[in-house]
This record gives sequence, structure tokens and C-alpha cells, in this order.
Amino acid sequence: MGTALDVRVKRAGKVYRDGEVLSGVVVITSKDPVQHQGISLTMEGSVNLQLSAKNVGVFEAFCNTAKPIQIINSTIEMVKPGKLPSGKTEIPFEFPLQMKGNKVLYETYHGVFVNIQYTLRCDMRRSLLAKDLTKTCEFIVHSLSQKGKLLPSPVDFTITPETLQNVKERASLPKFLIRGHLNSTNCVITQPLTGELVVESAEAAVRSIELQLVRVETCGCAEGYARDATEIQNIQIADGDVCRGLPIPIHMVFPRLFTCPTLETTNFKVEFEVNIVVLLHDDHLITENFPLKLCRM
Amino acid sequence: SYFLRHARSRNYVSESEVCKLESVPLDFGDYHPLKPITVTESKTKKMNRKGSTSSTSSSSSSSMMDPLSSVLDGTDPLSLFAAAADPVTSAPPTDGARRKRDKDESSAVGSDFEPWSSKRGEILARYTTTEKLSINLYMGSEKGKATTTGSAVSEKVRTRLEELDDLEEGSQKELLNLTQQDYMNRIEELNQSLKDAWSSDQKVKALKIVIQCSKLLSDTTVIQFYPSKFVLITDILDTFGKLVYERILSMCVDNRVSLPDNFSPESVNDTAKETCLNWFFKIASIRELIPRFYVEAAILKCNKFLSKTGISECLPRLTSMIRGIGDPLVAVYARAYLCRVGMEVAPQLKESLNKNFFDFLLTFKQIHGDTVQNQLVVQCVEIPLYLTLYSPAIDWILQCIAYHAPDVLLTEMMERCKKLVNNALLLNSVMSAFRAEFIAARSMDFIGMIKECDESGFPKHLLFRSLGLNLALADPPENDRLQILNEAWKVITKLKNPQDYINCAEVWVEYTCRHFTKREVNTVLADVIKHMTPDRAFEDAYPQLQSIIQKVITYINDFALLFSVEKFLPFLDMFQKESVRVEVCKCIMESFIKHQQESTKDPVILNALLHICKTMHDSVNALTLEDEKRMLAALINGFIKMVSFGRDFEQQLSFYVEARSMFCNLEPVLVQLIHSVNQLAMETRRVMKGNHSRKTAAFVRACVAFCFITIPSLSSIFTRLNLYLHTGQVALANQCLSQADAFFKAAVSLVPEVPKMISVDGKMRPSDAFLLEFLCNFFSTLLVVPDHPEQGVLFLVRGLLNVIQDYTWEDNSDDKVRIYTNVLHLLSAMTQEAFIYHVDKVDSNDTLYGGDSKFLAEINKLSETVVSQILDHLKTLGKEETLKRQSQLALYFFNTILAHGDLRNNRLNQLSVNLWNLAQKHGFADTKTMVKTLEYIKRRSKQPDMSHFTELALRLPLQSRT
Repeated sequence: MGTALDVRVKRAGKVYRDGEVLSGVVVITSKDPVQHQGISLTMEGSVNLQLSAKNVGVFEAFCNTAKPIQIINSTIEMVKPGKLPSGKTEIPFEFPLQMKGNKVLYETYHGVFVNIQYTLRCDMRRSLLAKDLTKTCEFIVHSLSQKGKLLPSPVDFTITPETLQNVKERASLPKFLIRGHLNSTNCVITQPLTGELVVESAEAAVRSIELQLVRVETCGCAEGYARDATEIQNIQIADGDVCRGLPIPIHMVFPRLFTCPTLETTNFKVEFEVNIVVLLHDDHLITENFPLKLCRM
Repeated sequence: SYFLRHARSRNYVSESEVCKLESVPLDFGDYHPLKPITVTESKTKKMNRKGSTSSTSSSSSSSMMDPLSSVLDGTDPLSLFAAAADPVTSAPPTDGARRKRDKDESSAVGSDFEPWSSKRGEILARYTTTEKLSINLYMGSEKGKATTTGSAVSEKVRTRLEELDDLEEGSQKELLNLTQQDYMNRIEELNQSLKDAWSSDQKVKALKIVIQCSKLLSDTTVIQFYPSKFVLITDILDTFGKLVYERILSMCVDNRVSLPDNFSPESVNDTAKETCLNWFFKIASIRELIPRFYVEAAILKCNKFLSKTGISECLPRLTSMIRGIGDPLVAVYARAYLCRVGMEVAPQLKESLNKNFFDFLLTFKQIHGDTVQNQLVVQCVEIPLYLTLYSPAIDWILQCIAYHAPDVLLTEMMERCKKLVNNALLLNSVMSAFRAEFIAARSMDFIGMIKECDESGFPKHLLFRSLGLNLALADPPENDRLQILNEAWKVITKLKNPQDYINCAEVWVEYTCRHFTKREVNTVLADVIKHMTPDRAFEDAYPQLQSIIQKVITYINDFALLFSVEKFLPFLDMFQKESVRVEVCKCIMESFIKHQQESTKDPVILNALLHICKTMHDSVNALTLEDEKRMLAALINGFIKMVSFGRDFEQQLSFYVEARSMFCNLEPVLVQLIHSVNQLAMETRRVMKGNHSRKTAAFVRACVAFCFITIPSLSSIFTRLNLYLHTGQVALANQCLSQADAFFKAAVSLVPEVPKMISVDGKMRPSDAFLLEFLCNFFSTLLVVPDHPEQGVLFLVRGLLNVIQDYTWEDNSDDKVRIYTNVLHLLSAMTQEAFIYHVDKVDSNDTLYGGDSKFLAEINKLSETVVSQILDHLKTLGKEETLKRQSQLALYFFNTILAHGDLRNNRLNQLSVNLWNLAQKHGFADTKTMVKTLEYIKRRSKQPDMSHFTELALRLPLQSRT
């Protein structure tokens, strides 16, 4: 094997915040001395927006992707053209993670229509005969703690056949009474969503109770805006016909990368919701929706 | 010719003074290589029993320790070794890895906590099924869950719904119609593939396997197999938990120093923490509740890497998470698993254990709810059976709670159980898991509660059985004891199903034996007989019946008392299958041999034991294994040795006669009987101080006659030979001269029948060494046997020599000549004025002939013949290939002459010199031996009257080897 290029950031979790210094090493391993035309390192951060097929035509969705919004981009020349010795060469680097003006460093987020991603790219330019070498490494940005105290906003809920909307034949519904509460719909992203749920009564046997975490992504563009809700994860909290009157814990860890603090900008929005889904044995599906507000403390 | 005329005359008394070794007191406390390897306990026991017969300690240690009987005492070196090697863990042997884990476990909670591993085997054996099982694995169904571009929420939910309708998709791997064994194999395969995936660094695949496996635990089809399934699958989870923990631990190795056992999270490096965190995030996103719970519980220990309080925060959360599991059986096993992991990782966190139990109580009513009942109807499972499926889990949870718990807590638990309806299941688990002392002290309460239980619920006999098990371990209050037995037995005796009945009775017999007299034991035994006899129900209950007998004989060691329990022998009659009956008889005999301290003549004991021994004896047939026969014979011998009628020797003899007729198929028993009768004769002699009266003389002759007619029925020729010789000696000692002659004659006439090869310990061996030994022994005895007045001089010696002459010896063996050489020793001893030893009150030839010259001439003739035979033989050995033998034999003969001949005689002197030279002639002599011999001669020459040895020494050249 010829020459190998690797970029390693110092932190094991690869997590950095605004104002911190991103440091690490570029590692070049080669058996032979390497002739090159210079090595550079680029830090990039951008928001990619994609319009969903539902809102625009398929063709448009394909080619009309909105232009990426650049958040940060800087390049440094690490090594001038020359020759590297054989063996392993480690070149340390440091990047200050600093935003210019009052631009905000959005938190890393991997969604369906919205992607916020930060990468480090190392390029080794070489003479015509040898191919240029490139290595990319993603790092993760967490936004700074939000100022002020998070106000808990507990929600109590009661679900009965009467509280449901969108019911076709209310008469055929079995009777049930499900009560519960979420400790807060304002959530710290590092803390789980918690609460309790009690099946006080249900004529039909319960089959499953699930928490469905949903992202709501809104992209604005010239044609208007598109709003899409998709599932991030589905966590079952009850399996089978649970004991009546016994509180069942609601507990859900927010997955990393796929969630971020609720984000609202001029071009796009990322919001989250949770659905409590109760499945009854005769295939009745009961859903209760709760918008969430995520933040990082 | 020239030999015996010149036999050295000996003064045996002074010689023995000179030659006697300095006597050294033997210290028996020390290790001695020949000392039998028995451990003190059995040793002292044996000594107590037989101490009176052992005169010198050296003889007692060699003759008393019958290796077989020491095996029967259960102290054979192997089992002792096994016991000593494993003193800490009382857990039954399982595979090595498992045992290793037990040690870890016990180091955390102490060895008095019965580990899970000892339960798992029991569960696997108990909860089985013949129904077909299925395994459902949908590997890869989670493909890119987070990244799929699903469109609308409701659509997504619909696909989920479909997944819930199991057994449809093509992507899943489905194995149907598995037998239980297939199922277990599959699970083992999964376990293996988990390890493989892990070692080949496919961590995601490993996680998937674990998730799929734990998913199987939500499936309750074939519900009677569920406990076993739980055991199998949690094994996999344990493996996984260990792999993850060890991997993260290995990441913490810093400068080759691994973390101490009690590391703090601060000393864990970031990479390890990140990896650990990753696992937890991954697991937190598992969709289904049951796999998410199990997998997180499996790696609970890994919380130690992240924070000090991690485990104590996780346990309560996982505990309440179980509330979401709807099926009560699945939930209770999940709780059991959590308690198991909790006890292993953080035994100090008791709260969660209690919480688990209380949560279970809260959901207890579900067991009797519609959902469960419907399921049971579909699966055709009865409620009582279904309820017993809970026992292993609840037992385990309660055992964890009860471990070192204060009585107050236990009382509280009990009260809570009491309040629930249909609480028999809980009651049973309380009895199985709580301390026996705790239960025993409240026996009456429990009986009351058991009585109130619903008939259709948890099987009542199991409840009584559990209570009985506790009472076998701990004693209830003195005043309640009889009432407890009455109350319990009142219920037990009403059990209709013999199997239920016997399972219960078996346990309660121990309680009865422990606290009550033979009257109650008798009643209980009678009741068992009554229940088990109809329809030959006992045929299906041999193990339990056997265990009852075991318990009875464990508690009643006094055999007089035991056999006075009227129903004991009728009880034995229930063992109609011969193999079982013999087993039981063996147990009784073992116990007798172990516990009977004094010999007995109690007719009840004798009758009963004779009957039992007869049963054992009669089981012997052509197909019986050698080992089995040896075992039975040793037991019967043990019994025979314990029978003594004291001074009533005639009764004793008639007992032996009866025994002989009963046990004629077991040779070792006959041998024992012959020895016993011989001992009886010698005992008579001792009592009469050697002077037999007319009556005792007749009795002794009767004893000898007994032996005489018994010996021929034995098959082993050497046993016969030795017994003839031995009994002949006894007869001689008792002045039965003609009888003694008869024995010796019989022995002489038996010698030609000795085969070339005999079987020793199942292997064919040449017999010559045995024959040589016997003949030497025989000749030594013949020295003191007086000649029969009507027969010629030395007729026995002549007879024996003739037999030896005619015996077909191995072609290339020198045994015959060696014997001849030994005969010379005898003949030289016979020429002495007074023989070296005598039998008390028997005149040997020295007194009879008084050194008569005719007698000496007769001996001379005999020795001439023998010497010429030896020399002839030496000549035939002149061939190249036999020179070595010639050398050895020549030296042997030389030594004989040196020891017994009078070397002042010139011809004898010359003969010895010739032999010396012959020994060295062809360079086969061992120089060392020759030098030593020469040194010996020189040393001897310094003694008085030995000056001629100086001259002899000069005539014996030492050949230096070139």
C-alpha cells in the first residue's frame, strides 16, 4: 500500500463547542518518502436542505436542492510542497472554532431534509503522476448552553374515546381510559424524556404502547416552504396487556446526531414532537401528540 | 552327601541375640508409605470396632484395612481428594467457565448464597416439553431505521404494525418444528456465533444476535418450556455482558497497567467512556421493550465506567421499566434476571430487590386475569401447572431478598403475601426462599395459610412439600411439633395421586424421624405402604421410596430399634424390582457397617440382616459384574464380622454354618467364613489356655472339619492352597495332628494343579512367583509338623518334593532349583538339635527323633539328591544364552552354603570355591555384589569359631572386568 492519510481529532467524542479550539493531528504513513505539492486542511460546516418529493415534483426534488448554506469554512496550509520522510509522520493542527459577527454555529444534526454537518478535510496535492490524497473526518458541534433556566412545563393528559379526533366510527371503539403525564415538554437534550402513563381501564387488551419521536423539518425556498414530519425512533414502553392502574414509566433517551436543540432560522426549521401510540388488540391505534422543545443546557 | 553331614550347627537363641536389629519404636502418627491412605475419621472408627483383636499396631494397620471396606465407608482416596480439592464451592459441577463465574459471584455475596448456576440445571431438568418449538429471528430488519426516508407518520406506523403480526415477512429467519433438544442446540449455536462475531470484531452483529435472542423471551408459546428458555437465553446475555465489560475494561489498560477491581470512573479514559456511552445509546434506541430491557440489564455492570452512581440509578429505572411488560410470566422472569444481575453487580442495593417483589405483588392479580386465562385455554395448560412455572423466578427473587435480611423484612414480605387472594404460589416461594429457621418457627401459621388456599390453584402437595423441606432443615418450636405432623399428615394422607403423595411423604419422613419415636415412624411407613400398594403404585416411585429408607436409616442408627419398627420390613417388600431392592439392601448394610459399634447377637437384627444379605446374595448371577460381587461380598463380610455370640462358641459356629449355606455363591464370603471359623478355633484355644478339654477338642475338630469341607468349593487355586496351609496351622496349633496332616496332604496334592497363568485383577499373570512364595511358606511350616507314626520319615517333605519334581515348570525358569536350594535351608534346620521354632504342645521331629542317626541319615540322603539335582541343573545352563542365569544361580547356591554349610569341611569348601568361580567365570556377576559378599566373609571371619573364613576369603578371587 502506498501512502495513507488520516485525520484525527483529539477528543474521543469528537464534540466541540463554539469558541473552543479544535485540535488534532494529521497522520501520514508511508513506506517510502512522499513527494507532495503541499498539504492543506479545511474546516467546513454547512446546512444542506433538500426539498421533499411531496411538495415539489420528483424532478425538481432531484435537481432543485437548495443551495447549501455555509456556516464556516477555513483552510490552512499545513506543509509547503516538499518531501515527507518514510514511516509515520504526525502533523499537529489547531483550529479555533470561532464565528464571525453574530453568525451562529448550529449544532450538528442529521435529518432527512435538513443536514447540518461539520467536517475536516485534509488534502495532499501531488504531482501529475500520483493522485491527490484526501481524507475527511466529521466532527460534532454542540451549541453552547442556552442562557437562563429551563422552565419545566409538565403536561397531564387523559385519553378516552371522547378525546380522540379523526375517528371514523366512534361507536365501534372499545372503552378505555388512559391517563398520564410528561414531566416536561421542554427537554434538555442530554436528559431523557420522562413521565408516566397509567392504563386505568381498557375494554380491549392492550397490545403495545410506544413513544414515537418525530422530527418536523421545514425548509423555505423560492417556491414557498415545505414542512415534513418523519419518525426518528420508536420506543416501546409497554408490551402486551399491561396491568391496569399501574403507572408505566415513560422514558426515552434522545438519540445523538439525529436530534438537536429545536432550531428556527430564516431558511429552515427543525422541531421535534413525541407521539404516544397505544395499540389495542383489535388493531385500534390511538395516538396522542406532544410538541417538544429541545435545548442544550 | 558331603553337605548335610557338615551342616553348620546352630545356636538359634544366641544367633538371634546377635542378629536382631535394634528395635526402633514405630511412630504411627508419621507418614508411612505402606500405611493405607485412609483419613483419620474412618481410621479411628475402624480401630474402635476392631481394636480388641489387634495386638501389635503394625499388624493391625496392614491386616485390618480391607481396601474394599474402606471404599464402602466412603473414604476412598479418590473421593476424599475430590472433596478436598473443592472445599469452597458446594455447587454441582458444571462447565468450567460457569464455575469460574460462580466464584466471582460468591466473592461478592458470600458463599452462603446459593448461586444461580446451581438452580439452572434444576430448572432445565424440570421444565421440559415434548411440543414443537420455534425460533424467530429477523436479522437485518432494522435496516437503516433512522435514515429511511419514510413519508408520513401513519405509514410508518402501519409497517410497524405489520411487524407486530409476527411470522409473515420473508426477511426473517424462522425455524419451526424444533424439538426441545434442537432448540437448545440452536440456542447454543447462537451463543457460539455471538462469540465468533465478537472475536471477529463484528460488534454490531453481536448486538443484533443478542437482541434477537432476548426477543425470544417475549414469546410465550409452549409456555411450559418458558423457564428453561429463560435459562438458556440469559446464558447468552451473561456472555454478552461479560464480553462488553471485558472489552471496555481492556481499553482502560494504561501503560500495561489494568484497572484495579475497585476502580473509580475518574480513572477510566475518554475512549473507554465514549465506547461505553455508545453502547448505552445504541441500546436505548432498541425499539422493543423486552430486548431493550434485557440487553441493558446484561451490561448493567458497565455503568461503573461512567459514574459512581450509575448502577444505583439504573436499577430502579429498569425495575419500573418491567411494569410495561404485560405478560405476568415474562415480567416475573425479567425481574428475576434483574435481581440476578443486581446481586452480582451490586449486592448492597437491596431496595431494588424489594421494589421488584412489591411490583410483582401489584401485578399479581393479572395472573388470574382474562388475558392469561385465554392464553392457557389456547395452549391447553392447566392452572396448577401454569402456576408452578412462576416458582423458579419468584423463588429466586425472594432468595435474593432474604439473603442476610432481617426478620422484620421477611415478616413484612410474608404479611404482604398473606393479603393477596390466591396466594399459594407466593406462599410456596416464601417457603422455598426464606431461611428454614424463619419458616420453621412459624410452621403453624403456614399450615393455617396452606389450608385456606384455593383447591384449584397452586398444587397443595407442593406447598406441604416445601414446608416439609424447611422442617427437615430447621426445628419448629417444641410444643408445636406433634401438632404440625398431625396437621400436615392429615392433608398428605388424603392426596389421591400416588405421585403427589409420595413426593410429599418423602419429605415429611425426615421430619418425623428427626423429632419423633419409632411409633410415629412406624405409622408413617404404614401409611406410605397403604398408599403405594394399590395398583402397584410403588413401581413408579422407587427413587422416593429409596430416599425414605435412606432417611430412616440415617436417623435410626440403632439397628435393634430399626428392626423393631414393625413396618420397616414390609416397607422393604415394596421394592420388587430386583436392582432397586439390592440397592436398598446395600444402603442398609452400609449403614449397619458404618454405625454398628459392637458386635451383636440380637436375633431380630440377625434375622433381618440375614434376610437382607440373602437378598443381595441371591441377586448374583452369571451376568453380575466382578465389581458388584466384590461390593456385595464386602458388605456381607462386614456383617459376618459383626456377629458374635460371646462365649457361646457353638452357637457361633452354627451361625457360620448357616451363613455358609446362605452365601455359597460369593467366594469372598466363604473365605471370610473360613477365616472366622479358624479364628473361633484359636479363640477357643486361647480361652482354654492351650489345654483342650474333651468337649473343646471336639469343638475345635468340628471347626477344622468345617474348613476342610468348605475349602474345596472355592475356585481360586491359590486361595485354596493358602487356606489349606493356614487351616493346617490352626489344626496343628490345636493339637489336631491327623487333621493337620490331612490339610497338608490336600495342599500337596493340589500343587500339581496350579496352572501356569492365573488371573490377577482381571489380567493374566504367570503364577510362578505365587507358587514360589507359597512353597517357601509351606516348607517353613513343615519344619514343625511331626512325622506320622505310620508313614515314613519326612513323608510330607518327600511328597512335596516329588510333586515339585513332577510339576511342569516353565522351560526356561530356574524356579525349581531355587526351591531346591530353599529346601536345603529346611533340611539344614531339621538337622539341628533343637528346631528354631515350635508349636506349643506339639512335639516336633527334634523331640520325636531326638537327633537319631537314622533320621539324620535320611535327611542326608534327601539333601544329597537335592544337591545333585542343583548341580545337574547348573551344568545344563552352560550354553551361551543361559550363562547369566548360571552365574546367578551359582551365587545363590554359594550363599546358601555360606549360610547353612559347615565350611570347615574341605569338600564343601572346595564346592563353594568352585561355585564362586562359576559365578564369575563368564563375566555375568555383579561386581558390587561380589565385593560385598567378600567383605561379609571377611567380617564374619573375625567372629569366634569362624577363623576358617579367613582362609576361604583368600581362595575367592575377585575378577576384575576387562
